[in-house]
Amino acid sequence: MAGTKNHDYHILPPSIWPLFGSIAALVMTSGGALAMHDYAAGKYMFFIGLSGVLLTMFQWWVNVVNEAHAGDHTPVVQLHLRYGMILFIASEVMFFVGWFWAFFDFSLFPSTLTEVVGGQWPPKAVEEVLDPFDLPLLNTLILLCSGTTVTWAHHSLIHGDREGLKKGLWLTILLGLLFSAIQAYEYAAAPFPFGENTYGSAFYMATGFHGFHVIIGTIFLIVCLVRANKGHFTPRQHFGFEAAAWYWHFVDVVWLFLFVAIYVWGGWGYPTH
Amino acid sequence: MATTAPPESIPAHSDDHAHDDHDHKPAFFARWFMSTNHKDIGTLYLIFAIFAGLIGGAFSGMMRVELAEPGIQYLDTFARWFGAVDPDFNATLHTWNVLITAHGLIMVFFMVMPAIIGGFGNWFVPLMIGAPDMAFPRMNNISFWMTVAGFCSLLISAFVPGGLGIGSGVGWTVYAPLSTYGSQGPSTDFAIFALHLAGAASIMGAINFITTILNMRAPGMTIHKMPLFVWSVLVTAFLLLLALPVLAAAITMLITDRNFGTTFFDPAGGGDPVLYQHLFWFFGHPEVYIMILPGFGIISHIVATFSKKPVFGYLGMAYAMVAIGVVGFIVWAHHMYTTGMSVNTKMYFTAATMVIAVPTGIKIFSWVATMWGGSLEFKSPMVWAMGFIFLFTVGGVTGVVLANGGVDDVLHDTYYVVAHFHYVLSLGAVTALFAGFYYWFPKMSGRMHSEFLSHLHFWVFFVGVNTIFFPQHFLGLQGMPRRYPDYAEAYAYWNEISTIGYMIMAASLVIWFANIIYAFTAGKKAEDNYWGEGATTLEWTLSSPPPFHQFETLPVIDEKAVH
Repeated sequence: MAGTKNHDYHILPPSIWPLFGSIAALVMTSGGALAMHDYAAGKYMFFIGLSGVLLTMFQWWVNVVNEAHAGDHTPVVQLHLRYGMILFIASEVMFFVGWFWAFFDFSLFPSTLTEVVGGQWPPKAVEEVLDPFDLPLLNTLILLCSGTTVTWAHHSLIHGDREGLKKGLWLTILLGLLFSAIQAYEYAAAPFPFGENTYGSAFYMATGFHGFHVIIGTIFLIVCLVRANKGHFTPRQHFGFEAAAWYWHFVDVVWLFLFVAIYVWGGWGYPTH
Repeated sequence: MATTAPPESIPAHSDDHAHDDHDHKPAFFARWFMSTNHKDIGTLYLIFAIFAGLIGGAFSGMMRVELAEPGIQYLDTFARWFGAVDPDFNATLHTWNVLITAHGLIMVFFMVMPAIIGGFGNWFVPLMIGAPDMAFPRMNNISFWMTVAGFCSLLISAFVPGGLGIGSGVGWTVYAPLSTYGSQGPSTDFAIFALHLAGAASIMGAINFITTILNMRAPGMTIHKMPLFVWSVLVTAFLLLLALPVLAAAITMLITDRNFGTTFFDPAGGGDPVLYQHLFWFFGHPEVYIMILPGFGIISHIVATFSKKPVFGYLGMAYAMVAIGVVGFIVWAHHMYTTGMSVNTKMYFTAATMVIAVPTGIKIFSWVATMWGGSLEFKSPMVWAMGFIFLFTVGGVTGVVLANGGVDDVLHDTYYVVAHFHYVLSLGAVTALFAGFYYWFPKMSGRMHSEFLSHLHFWVFFVGVNTIFFPQHFLGLQGMPRRYPDYAEAYAYWNEISTIGYMIMAASLVIWFANIIYAFTAGKKAEDNYWGEGATTLEWTLSSPPPFHQFETLPVIDEKAVH
């Protein structure tokens, strides 16, 4: 096969992981559906499925990294990976559009049908909101700062400064963990519950999915740090790092919209915690 | 469409080459369960789509026999098939909702989309652009298997408790609050997760197609020399990429409303069921173009091939599809005219929806203009393509009728709507699927089908589907509502006719299978280009079936080539 090909595209050998991962995903979602209705087997199924999904992701990316080292990632294949990542981020943007749509629907047209909301935003049932210029502003600065440290890491990499790369990555990861920790603290201390009304629903699901993406991005950066320590990445070929950096910037931008819309505008003039 | 470079730049493909080392195929399990080959994955998609289509079609058959005459005849039996023990009247009627839900979801997500994008898209996009495979061959395979996983989740949902009976009876739109506190039990969660799985599969597929089409075209194939089927899949992939994540968000809200106490769609907590409809149709309207656009691409090739002329107005045809895709994102609320929206909003969505008739008209008239003065040859794909043009036009004009907010107030949720969307989908998209099937089946299998059986299949199918759905316009105009298993005596006549139509349509499928069996047992070996001079795209330069890995030396497209 590969011996006779006269092009730079990537022709792959068969792989079990697509089938394995799909079965695992089905076990995971089925377990989830059962667990949500208190079937005893549900949560075991869910975690078995989740483990299978995580194993698939791990093995899959191990394969991709090995293929990169084997020289399969020619310039055109690298271009494919870039397109793939950008398109994936585009789909993620549309996912967040859904959550922002719900938020703006609730906040611009607050329900007058129930005293819980009473035609105002934040709803009547919400007595206090989080002060945007307290920890949320700090979190904004942390994420913006982490955007600069990841760029520091990138420039160090391009200039062949591996120590700078590691330092930049370490700082970015620490800032990401700090952000997640502060979010967790805020959730624990927030003066409004998860469900019960539109405020808690829109706030926790939108910021929660963002937080989930921060955690994914942090893991992505940790993988990059491990790879940097192993001597992966060259100044000319380091797409794994670039993808992590793009993803991190995407997560950063989503936060800016969340901060401005939900925390600042959505709670303007309202009593704070 | 682009013509090709000198033949010596294309790998030889005579019989003695077919078993060369470079055409070595993996063993059975590795080949079909671990595939990274776009043609094998395309074949898997087609087989899966046929299988799912038969199940989805069986559900519609169950509905048609129940509707053959007034009263409730068979629903109790059907309820028992799904595992209900002594169903009460509510549980029996619930089975009706399960049938409409399963039929809709299967036909949309597990038949049309896998067949036309996963099947024909996978098979022919790389061949038509002169690429050896897709950009991400391994991700291609998880797109397929995740679709199968989604289908399994949907089938499971039909056999577990959901609300008043067994199975999920929420409609393919999964509207809240029926899908939230209206459907207790895990069934609807299984159905929603089926959409999550199929949606993730489609997003990965969309990323794969866009990357492949933008970066893997053969040298010399500029974007304006790209075959129209490739254009159609490119536009479709962008619609999938941008629309599906919004559905994912909406159905995730359903999950949390159902199980974790959020109130996105619960008015008691300030939520709004109409918000769900907005989110759903922001996805759902592009979704209907996702189902039809690749069909447009297929029809363009067939009409050009059998008119022995290049397609009329190539650039207009390409950008008409782009226009349909773009405008498709700003018309969604025409599905929601009766939710109490303001007159001004209705006026906007009426006007915007009618605008879509312009690029669609460009397509229809350009197909007719392609045939005009051509040297027409009525081979099997061509009769299906002409059937498509007629049937899709009927569905299109009733679409313009329904686009009017005022008219829709009367016709909303009647059988007129059912007739409309089945004319564009089960008569439009499915006819395009059969057209593509007969156009490319010998290329994929290496065996010619019977022209006689293909024509017979067409005419029986054509008579059958029109008998099913044309009378439903009358039923709708008379006021018969959709989604009910019973109806007033006045609607009996056309319902009986409609059910007879179903039987005729089902008979045509027997002819189809007979044709496939004929091809594999007695069919002539297919030549490289069995349709002759009219077929000019790159897949016709390859053997039938093409080698396991084609274009190991990339073809070069002639700069002066015309479309």
